[in-house]
Amino acid sequence: MKFETSPIGDTIAAIRGAGRLNMVSASALRETVSEALSTGRTRIVVDFSGIDFVDSSGLGALIGCLKSARQAGGDLRIAQPTAQVTMVLQLSNLDRVLKSYNSTEEAYGE
Amino acid sequence: MQMLLLRIVIVLTLALGINYVAWRWLFSLNFDAWWIALALVLAETYSLIDVCLFGLTMWRSRTRPLPPPPAEGATVDVLITSYNEPIEMVMDTALAAKAIRHPHNTWVLDDGSRPEMRAAAEAAGIGYITRGAEWDDQPRHAKAGNVNNALMQTAGEYILILDADQIPRPQILDNTLGYFTDDRVALVQTPQVFTNVPLTDPLGSQAPLFYGPIQQGKDGWNAAFFCGSNAVLRRDALMQLGITGYVEELDGSIWATLRTAARVLRRARTSDAAGQPAVQEALSAVSDAIAHARSRLKRGDHYAEITYDLQRQVDAAASSIVAGDLAGLQSDLAEIRELAAVASGDGGSSMDHFLDMETTVAALATRELSPLNALETVQAVLRAIDIDRADEAQPVMPLATISVTEDMATSMRLHGLGWKSVYHHETLADGLAPEDVGTMLTQRLRWAQGTMQVLLRENPLLQRRLAWPQRLMYFATMWSYLSGFAAIVYFAAPIVFLVFGILPVSTNAFDFFIRFIPFMVANQLLFLVAARGIPTWRGQQYSLALFPVWIEACRTAFNNVVLRIPLGFAVTPKTRPVSTGPQWHLIKTQIVVSAMLVVAILIGCVRLFVSGAEPIGTAVNIFWAVYDLVVLGILVTAARYTGHNPQESSTE
Repeated sequence: MKFETSPIGDTIAAIRGAGRLNMVSASALRETVSEALSTGRTRIVVDFSGIDFVDSSGLGALIGCLKSARQAGGDLRIAQPTAQVTMVLQLSNLDRVLKSYNSTEEAYGE
Repeated sequence: MQMLLLRIVIVLTLALGINYVAWRWLFSLNFDAWWIALALVLAETYSLIDVCLFGLTMWRSRTRPLPPPPAEGATVDVLITSYNEPIEMVMDTALAAKAIRHPHNTWVLDDGSRPEMRAAAEAAGIGYITRGAEWDDQPRHAKAGNVNNALMQTAGEYILILDADQIPRPQILDNTLGYFTDDRVALVQTPQVFTNVPLTDPLGSQAPLFYGPIQQGKDGWNAAFFCGSNAVLRRDALMQLGITGYVEELDGSIWATLRTAARVLRRARTSDAAGQPAVQEALSAVSDAIAHARSRLKRGDHYAEITYDLQRQVDAAASSIVAGDLAGLQSDLAEIRELAAVASGDGGSSMDHFLDMETTVAALATRELSPLNALETVQAVLRAIDIDRADEAQPVMPLATISVTEDMATSMRLHGLGWKSVYHHETLADGLAPEDVGTMLTQRLRWAQGTMQVLLRENPLLQRRLAWPQRLMYFATMWSYLSGFAAIVYFAAPIVFLVFGILPVSTNAFDFFIRFIPFMVANQLLFLVAARGIPTWRGQQYSLALFPVWIEACRTAFNNVVLRIPLGFAVTPKTRPVSTGPQWHLIKTQIVVSAMLVVAILIGCVRLFVSGAEPIGTAVNIFWAVYDLVVLGILVTAARYTGHNPQESSTE
């Protein structure tokens, strides 16, 4: 799976992927996020609208990216999760940590 | 049929054991010598519980049929963990791993980051993984950390973990992957067997009872253990473990740390400097922020949001104050860092780290802090609870890091999440065992320490998500490591009688033997039937003879978990040290005990023939002391052992 980054404003990077976020594609997500961070866009929002499946390796990568973003002084948020993704977030209790936003724009709409 | 016989013997042994020990407690204690009487009956009760747990283990012992063939296209990473083993040894294992038949990727996980290891692996076309910069100045968590690091850099559905000295056979994956067609199976453990050990096994390296009847017994209760090597794991299960662990860690630490921060803040606000308006404003802003965060937590808001907003507010408050007392601030911060550095010394969990943070804060709070410094301290605390787990190299730690034996803790947590484990009873790797008594003792100490750490940190009996038989299967192994204390009594009792004539049992010989002998016979019969012809004598000898090791393990694990003193953890050397003759100094305690037993026997004889001591009691105790000496005798062989020479053994 390929992830695409599109800028929002000056500091936000929206990252969009399509397909399955699993043990195979997890490293691609990590790379995409660290690339965005290195260009100074430390506020990341991952758009889940095109991701129809996530496994625990995918979640692991997401948490890893969250750590990188926070360490860079920014944050990582998620937007528009599909039903399967929402369910996995609930099952893993990760929904206690991460809030799902309705759109990438809303994620940092302060 | 075999099973029926086994169960009859189990019931018989337990009935006779309870009969004997109940009688001992109720009717046979010698109150005149209560100190040894009580010690002995406690030791006997310990042993009875041990036998009960063994009986429970054997009750559903299962021999599995061959698994189905592996699922089509299953992807596997073979991870070879290494720290400081010779390159040649690691490469032997790595090349054998590369030759495993089922498609897979092979990786050497080199925790020593040795350039020559990398070169050798790469020359052979084998993957090489080492820790990245994120691990600098963070707890490394030994082998668990090494594997967790590799899990983030590999992508196979299944993971075969091998120690650097476990040479896999080509069919290892073909014969184990099929179990995973049951999609609740998370772990398949195979035996650890050693090829560099003579038939007499002087160091007790082989564990045929464990990698056989005991694991098969635990398997019957869905509690077969992960033993660190020669096991295949499902990546998804491990990652799930890492993620639930991550959330649980946050659950615990966020609340507690907010409380601590509030406490430090209250102190700061009562100090003199808080009179300055700017400072007052900042402190009250932080106070509001903390209160707000707590109410949001109660409301069930998301941790990410709460911590993010909190950090922003605290940062804003801090920058609003013009740093007046920069010098004081610097020195306080240096102290915080120093304390934090000391705290993160030993590889505990990040909960440890957090608690250490609390100690740090408490220490600082007792000093006269300027409010600005206090604000910095509060910030430091708040950073520690951020959801990025700043105190760990990786926020997600799939393999448990609460113990130096990460394997047992990991499988217990997997079972807690409802996963199944499998024990596959077929040798699929050929290992190398330690070849000198010193290395062997280090290794046994490490296992015992790790097991005790798990008992103290995550007592299986209290794990509500485990079924009761599963809890007892984990507890049984931990219980067996308490044998050192019972062993002292079993050595002391005959000495006390033979030397002082004090008998801990107050009864006549008939009443004693009629209860004791049937129990003993049934007990030996149980071992015989359960072991199905496997030699168990060496194991029995070592479980008694290594009593100083077991006690030392209990002591150091207690100090580590409760008092936070580092274990003094040593990696087991995998190579034979240069021989310097028998290692008598390593078994000093046992030599002293043996000498005492010999002297006691002599004194006992004198008392029998000269002063007319009670003959039956003396005979029983001399027999007992001789048995103790025979058990300890293995250590003489062990101390003189200089390694396996295959030519010698082939002519034996």
